[in-house]
Amino acid sequence: MTRVVLRRPGGVFGLAVLGLLVVGGVVSYWWTPFDPRAADPARAWLPPLREGHLLGTDRIGRDQFSQLLAGAGGTLVAAVASAAVAAVVGVALALAAVLAPRPLRASAVGLIDVLVAFPTLLLAMVLSAVYGSSLATVVAAIGIGFGVGVARVTRAELLSVLGSDYVLAARASGARTGRIVRRHLLPNVAPTLVVQLSLVMALAVLAEAALTYLGYGASPSSPSWGGMLHEQQAHLAARPLLVIWPGVAVAVTVLGCNLLGDALRDAGDPRAVAAR
Amino acid sequence: MTWYLVRRTGLLVLSLAAAGVLVFTLLRLLPGDVAATIGGLRAEPERLAAIRADLGLDRPLVEQYASWLAGVARGDLGRSQLNGSSVGAELGRKLQVTGPLAAGGVVVALVVAVPLGTWAALRSRTAVGTGISALAQVGVAVPTLWLGLVLVLVFSVRLGWLPAQGFPVDGWADPGAAARALVLPCVALGLTEGAVLLRFVRSAVVGVLHADHLRTARATGLTRGRALWRHGFRNAALPVVSVLGLQLAALLVGAVVVERVFALPGVGSMLVADVGNRDLVKVQGEVFLLVAVVLVIGFLVDVAHRLIDPRLREPR
Repeated sequence: MTRVVLRRPGGVFGLAVLGLLVVGGVVSYWWTPFDPRAADPARAWLPPLREGHLLGTDRIGRDQFSQLLAGAGGTLVAAVASAAVAAVVGVALALAAVLAPRPLRASAVGLIDVLVAFPTLLLAMVLSAVYGSSLATVVAAIGIGFGVGVARVTRAELLSVLGSDYVLAARASGARTGRIVRRHLLPNVAPTLVVQLSLVMALAVLAEAALTYLGYGASPSSPSWGGMLHEQQAHLAARPLLVIWPGVAVAVTVLGCNLLGDALRDAGDPRAVAAR
Repeated sequence: MTWYLVRRTGLLVLSLAAAGVLVFTLLRLLPGDVAATIGGLRAEPERLAAIRADLGLDRPLVEQYASWLAGVARGDLGRSQLNGSSVGAELGRKLQVTGPLAAGGVVVALVVAVPLGTWAALRSRTAVGTGISALAQVGVAVPTLWLGLVLVLVFSVRLGWLPAQGFPVDGWADPGAAARALVLPCVALGLTEGAVLLRFVRSAVVGVLHADHLRTARATGLTRGRALWRHGFRNAALPVVSVLGLQLAALLVGAVVVERVFALPGVGSMLVADVGNRDLVKVQGEVFLLVAVVLVIGFLVDVAHRLIDPRLREPR
């Protein structure tokens, strides 16, 4: 599977972007070229590549490259944590909707149907209204919101695996539900799940940028890509470049996640490639 | 079809009620006391009790929910907890901005997605087809809010053709000015949603092009374009209509962000402000309205699906 992913340009691009995000995000917790929060009014509005500031500085002299790196840290946490929450929510709901006793099963299906219609961004705003804005709120909202979508896809997949002969054979040989889930159901839905989660990561990056732009998410003092866009919007006419960087960062990250998801899908399903 | 409509309407009503419960309970979890917020830190206990009684907060939760739901059914979404203004009336005013914005976004998305998606499908193995697909892939990845900023940069700041932000104070009194204020927001919203839609249009048309009935149509002497026009589009429309329904929901939520970018006085800006103020009743009304619209769109899409596809109709 890895080899198939690496053979497609999209897969290589996706892996490279994610690799950059992970390295940049992790490194930013220990080191950035300048302190991303430190104001230096004497060096305000520096153009790129001046005095060691790779991407220049903003209105109060903060280094934009350092801010971008620190923002990558937040984006990385949001993307990975949201995907983890979505995986847990999605698999748990899907299993409940397939295996639980009848009344519980029906309510799980109903819950999925109603929650799917509940826009994730709205959920995030409601949760922010209730619990205050923080990265945790954003992750919870994105994870639950997209987790329901994952649950819907996973449920369909589980149903088809449940109907297969080898599950019947396992049942007939006396395997308990727990063993069937571990040995047959989860391994068989794993490829679909991985594809879904890479797409969830893309959506999470977009949602996190939108939410931090709106002022939810981590506190305004901690650098984020959405927050940078919000701050630089006021100076759009005079310093357009400062609006370009964070936007490109978001777009490239999302593109990478999406292309990786497509490559993973192709790797898991050779027929999809043939049908093109 | 009648039986289907009855069942589907029942499901819609149930989902609306469930969404209502969800919105209502989520917002009841709010830590802190609304009465204390309104009364101030030094309010006497009697005053706080009076405020709670006035807002109905002293009644059991189920009763509060029932009275809220009864109000919603009458079109009364309650009053702001901060200044007592009617939520429904304010939403009505804000919808005059958000409604046209979302509608314009759909139009832009369709105008971009349908012709380009079809073209990309017809030329699927050429540079043109690949180019369009790649462009759509990038379009999906670009955040709407950033696209909005870039559009402002190009068309307002550099070219000076359109206003960068804001909406006429007197609303639609000057239709020209109001429409001009909505052009860039609609394009920003429509392009990103259109990119998603384009990929579905393309794959739907590619699927139809390989279908047996289209090959038969070609064999009777129709050109590829004519065969597609007469026999293909109806089939290709099926998945696209479903996706368009989901897209409409995404569009409505995207409008929340776009309104902030362009400082438009719509439902989204209102919601963001009320979340900031923690004005419970207003947030509740706004979120419920948006979710209700999404559910109703889902309902309409399902019904439309039945109408387009005769195979789904029950045998009489």
